[in-house]
Amino acid sequence: MNLTIKYFGMLAEATQCQEEEFLFSQESVSDLLKMLFVKYPELEEKDFQVAQNNQIVSKDSKIETTEIALLPPFAGG
Amino acid sequence: MKERKPKNVFQEGPISSEFIGNSIAKHQSKTSIGAHNIFLGQVRADEIDGKTVKAIQYTAYEDMANEKFHEIREATFEKFNLTCMHIYHSLGEVKTGEICMFIFVSSPRRKEVFKAIEYLVEEVKTKVPIFGKEVFEDATHQWKVNS
Repeated sequence: MNLTIKYFGMLAEATQCQEEEFLFSQESVSDLLKMLFVKYPELEEKDFQVAQNNQIVSKDSKIETTEIALLPPFAGG
Repeated sequence: MKERKPKNVFQEGPISSEFIGNSIAKHQSKTSIGAHNIFLGQVRADEIDGKTVKAIQYTAYEDMANEKFHEIREATFEKFNLTCMHIYHSLGEVKTGEICMFIFVSSPRRKEVFKAIEYLVEEVKTKVPIFGKEVFEDATHQWKVNS
């Protein structure tokens, strides 16, 4: 399936892009992260959470949507 | 409880004192209110390794942030006896000394607004995906992390 990955803050800086699409056939968030760490080794050292359907999910959860967001630490307020 | 629609809380740039003053004035017709409480987040000129922050550039995962703001509003109305609640947060550049967040709660009674404002500020800081780039006077930057 076609998966859109969104990057924010320091992660967008590390990947040099805010979003990109992948054709992705595996099931879990951790599979996706493995692939992203190969493309962007810098990401592996960053502190971030993963969101799908606007909720934070654990890294071993299944991918159930077509948009995944990688969120660095929050700084609102 | 009546259904409340998600509101857009984001404003481009700093939140002006005129905007805050007008928000207060708009509540004069709501005469069941006996107490307001306001929290204003202001960008601080932190000094890090001899360099001083001159502005924060805010970005957000807006879809998720607006949904989180909505969840937080609903939970706050459930927990506290509030007449109304308004939350605004900046996107883009906010210079040191300027206001980046404005939270405004109102209730018939004072005790509710003191508890509600603290709850709200903590919830926003920990649950809403907003990111801040701290820009120093020499144009270098670092990424802000809420502590």
